[in-house]
Amino acid sequence: MNSYPDWWPLVFGRFTFEAIPYHEPILVATFAAVAIGGLGLFALITKLGAWGYLWREWFTSVDHKKIGIMYMVLGIVMLLRGFADALMMRGQQAIAFGANEGYLPPHHYDQIFTAHGVIMIFFVAMPLVTGLMNYVVPLQIGARDVAFPFLNNFSFWMTVGGVVLVMASLFVGEFAKVGWLAYPPLSGKAYSPGVGMDYYLWALQIAGVGTTLSGINLIATIVKMRAPGMDMMKMPVFTWTALCTNVLIVASFPVLAGTVALLTLDRYVGTNFFTNDLGGNPMMYVNLIWIWGHPEVYILILPCFGIYSEVASTFCGKRLFGYASMVYATVVITILSYLVWLHHFFTMGSGASVNSFFGITTMIISIPTGAKIFNWLFTMYRGRIRFELPMMWLLAFMITFVIGGMTGVMLAVPPADFVLHNSLFLIAHFHNVIIGGVVFGAFAGINYWFPKAFGFKLDDFWGKMSFWFWVIGFYVAFMPLYVLGLMGVTRRVNHFDDPSLQIWFVIAAIGAVLILFGILSFLVQIVVSVMNREKLRDVTGDPWNGRTLEWATSSPPPAYNFAFTPMVHDHDSWADMKKRGYQRPLEGFRPIHMPKNTGAGVIISAFATICGLALVWYVWWLAALSFLAIIVTAIAHSFNYDRDYNIPAEEVVREEERRSRALAAARV
Amino acid sequence: MSKATAHQTDGGVPVFHVFEDKEVHHPGDSTMLGFWMYLMSDCLIFAVLFATYGVLGRNYAAGPSGADLFDLKLVAVNTAMLLFSSITYGFAMLAMEKGRKAAVQGWLVVTALFGLAFLSIELYEFHHMIAEGATPMRSAFLSSFFTLVGTHGLHVTFGLIWLTVLLVQVGQRGLIPENRRRLMCLSMFWHFLDVIWIGVFTFVYLMGVLK
Repeated sequence: MNSYPDWWPLVFGRFTFEAIPYHEPILVATFAAVAIGGLGLFALITKLGAWGYLWREWFTSVDHKKIGIMYMVLGIVMLLRGFADALMMRGQQAIAFGANEGYLPPHHYDQIFTAHGVIMIFFVAMPLVTGLMNYVVPLQIGARDVAFPFLNNFSFWMTVGGVVLVMASLFVGEFAKVGWLAYPPLSGKAYSPGVGMDYYLWALQIAGVGTTLSGINLIATIVKMRAPGMDMMKMPVFTWTALCTNVLIVASFPVLAGTVALLTLDRYVGTNFFTNDLGGNPMMYVNLIWIWGHPEVYILILPCFGIYSEVASTFCGKRLFGYASMVYATVVITILSYLVWLHHFFTMGSGASVNSFFGITTMIISIPTGAKIFNWLFTMYRGRIRFELPMMWLLAFMITFVIGGMTGVMLAVPPADFVLHNSLFLIAHFHNVIIGGVVFGAFAGINYWFPKAFGFKLDDFWGKMSFWFWVIGFYVAFMPLYVLGLMGVTRRVNHFDDPSLQIWFVIAAIGAVLILFGILSFLVQIVVSVMNREKLRDVTGDPWNGRTLEWATSSPPPAYNFAFTPMVHDHDSWADMKKRGYQRPLEGFRPIHMPKNTGAGVIISAFATICGLALVWYVWWLAALSFLAIIVTAIAHSFNYDRDYNIPAEEVVREEERRSRALAAARV
Repeated sequence: MSKATAHQTDGGVPVFHVFEDKEVHHPGDSTMLGFWMYLMSDCLIFAVLFATYGVLGRNYAAGPSGADLFDLKLVAVNTAMLLFSSITYGFAMLAMEKGRKAAVQGWLVVTALFGLAFLSIELYEFHHMIAEGATPMRSAFLSSFFTLVGTHGLHVTFGLIWLTVLLVQVGQRGLIPENRRRLMCLSMFWHFLDVIWIGVFTFVYLMGVLK
C-alpha cells in the first residue's frame, strides 16, 4: 500500500493492484474463462464484420421485439453466472463438515451467496420477465411499438449497466458479503468498509432506474395503445398480469431507489439513517427494503401467471376458465402485496397485534392464488390437452407451486415463523415458489413464444430433457433443505460440525447437478433448434393454434407488427377472428409511421456505468465528469426533433407479399 | 381511437382491421400519462424520505433540534419564492395557449429567477446550519432533514436546467407541438415540486419548531 505515490488516490481513488484477486485460484480461472470467451466472441464478431450490424440493428434499436430478445439473452447469460454461484455453494456445503473446511473460505462464501441472490433476482428473473412482457404485450394489444420506444432502449441498457458493475466486482475488488438485501448495520461503513457494498449499491441504483422507466413505459402502452375494441375486460390475461406487474414496479422500485440512496449516504457522507449511534435506526431500512422487496416477488410471479394462463387456454383449445375471476385475482394480489411486507421480519419484535395483522394478510393472498390454480384446472377439464412443452411446464408449475404456497402459509403463521425464520426451510420455500413459479414460467414462455420471435419451433427432445432434469433436479435439490430447515439448520453457513446433516446436503448437491443438466439441455435445445431450423420452420405465424393477437401476424413479425391495426370484437380475439372467417387483407397498404433508432440510450447508460464504477472506487474526478456527460448527452438528445420516419407503402407491400408467397408455398 | 368504422361488412363478416387513412396512435399521445406516472414514482421517493423523517425526525442525539435551528421568517420568504414561481409558470402556460412566444419566454425567465432565489435562500440556510455545527452527520434528525430538503432542492435545480434548455428550444423552434408538450411536462414537474414543498414546510418546519 505504502509504495503508491501521493497523487495515486487523486487519480485512481482507492483502487490499488492488490484489489485484483489474482491470489484466488477460482477467480483467476473464472477470469481466464470469461476473458478467453469474451475475446473469442469479440474476434468472431469482428471477423464477421458484424459490429456495425449489431450497433445499427440491435444496440440502438427501439423496436420492442429486439429489445425483448436482448433482455432474454441477458437473463439467460446471467442465469449461467448465478447458477455457477449456486453450484459452488452446494459443493461447499456438501463437503465442509468437521475437519474439512471445504474450498470456500467464509469471506468468499459470503460474497457468493450475496451475488447469487442479487443476480438471480435483478439480473435473471427481472430481465426474463421484462423481456417477455416487452416482446409480447405490444403484439397482444395490436400495437406497433411501446408508448416510449427510446425510453425502452434506455431502460434495457441501464439494466446492462447494473450487470456490468456486478460482473466487474468479480474481477476488480470484491462483491458485498452481506446477503442479498444488505441489512445494516452490517452493510454500513463500519462493518463493510470494502468496495463490495458499493458495487451492490450502484448496481442496484442504476438497474433500478431502468426497471422503473420500463414499468412506466409498459403501463402507458397498455393503457393508451390497445387496438380499437379491446376494452380492459377483453385484454389477454398476460397483458393484464403485465399491467399489474408494471403498476407494482412503478409503485415499489422508487422505494428501493430511496432506500438504497439513504444507505449510500450513510456510507459515503457519514449520515446516520441506519447506524447504531446518533439516532440511526437499522430496522427502518429493513422495513423500507421489504416494502419494495415483497411487491418485487409478485412483480416476478404475476407475468408468469399470465404466461400459464395463455398456455392453458391455447393447449387446452378453449377459453380460459373464469377470465373475470382471473383478472380480479390478479388485481387483488397486486393490492395485497403491499400489505404483507412485515412477514419477512416477524422476529423484529413489533408485538403480537402487528404480527397477526401481517400474518393474516399474508394468508389471505393464498385465496386469489388458489382461485387461479382452480381456474387453470378447470380450463384443462374437458379441454383437448396437447402435451407440448409449455403445457408440461404448466403442469410442473401447478404441482410445485402449490407445495411452495403451502409452506408459505406455514411461514405466515408468526409463532411458526419464530422457529423457521432464517432457516433452510425458508430457503427451500422461496426457491420452491421462484423456481417452480418464475423459472418454470419463463421456460414455458420461452418455449411458447420462441416460434413467434424466430419463425421456428424449439426442439422437442432436448426441451423434454431440460424439463425433466429441471423438475426432478428441483425436488432433489430443495426437499432436503425443508428437512434441514425443520431440524433448525440456519442459512448462510459455510461449514457444519454435525456429520449427521451431511447426507442431506449431498442429496441437495446431486439435485443441483441435475439442474445443471437441465440448463445445459436448454442450451443444447437452442443450438439444435437453430441447426434444424428449416425442419422446425413455421410459416403460418400461428404454430400452436393460438388465441391472442400476437399469433395473427407473421413469425417473426415485421418491424411494424401489423400492416393494419386490428379491430377487436371479443376476447381471445385471434381465435374469434379465425372462427368468423377472417381473411388476411392483401391490398390497400399505406405508409406506416415508426420511431427511429437512436444511440443515445447506449451512450447515456455507458456514462452511468462509468459514473457508478468511479463512485465505487472513489475516483471523484471521473464520477463528476461522467455525471456531467450524462446530463450533456441527455440535453443534446433533447435537441433531436427528428425521431420518426415512415415505412413507405411499397415496403409494406413487399413484406406482405413475401408472407403471402410463403403461406402459399406452405399450403402446397 | 378511431370511430366510424363499420363493424360489419355487407356479407355479415365483422371488420377486423382499421382501414382509415389515419393512424390510430400518434407519438406523444401517451406522454402526459407517462409523465404523470413518473411524477407519482418520484412522489414515492419523497414518501420514503418523509417516512424516514417521520421516524427519525426527533432523534436529536443530544444535538440541536428543529426549534433551535429553523428560522421561520426565512423559510416563509423561501416558500413565497417557490409559490410565486409556480404562479409565473402558470402565466407562461397561459401565454403558450395564446401562442405568444415572447411572453412565454419572459414568464419562464421570471420563473427561473424565483427558482434561483429559492435555491439561494436554501443554500444560505444550509450553510448557516452547517457553520453552527448542525451537519447532516450530527444526528439522525439532521440526516433526514438535509436529505429530504436537499432532495427537493436538487429537483428544483434539475427543473432550472430543464427550464433553461426549454428556453433555448422555444427560441429556436417556437411553440411547436413537441415544445408545447415539453412545457406541459415541466409545468407538471414544477407544480409537483410546489406540492412537495408545502409538505416540507408543514411537516418539517412548522411542526419542527413545536416544542
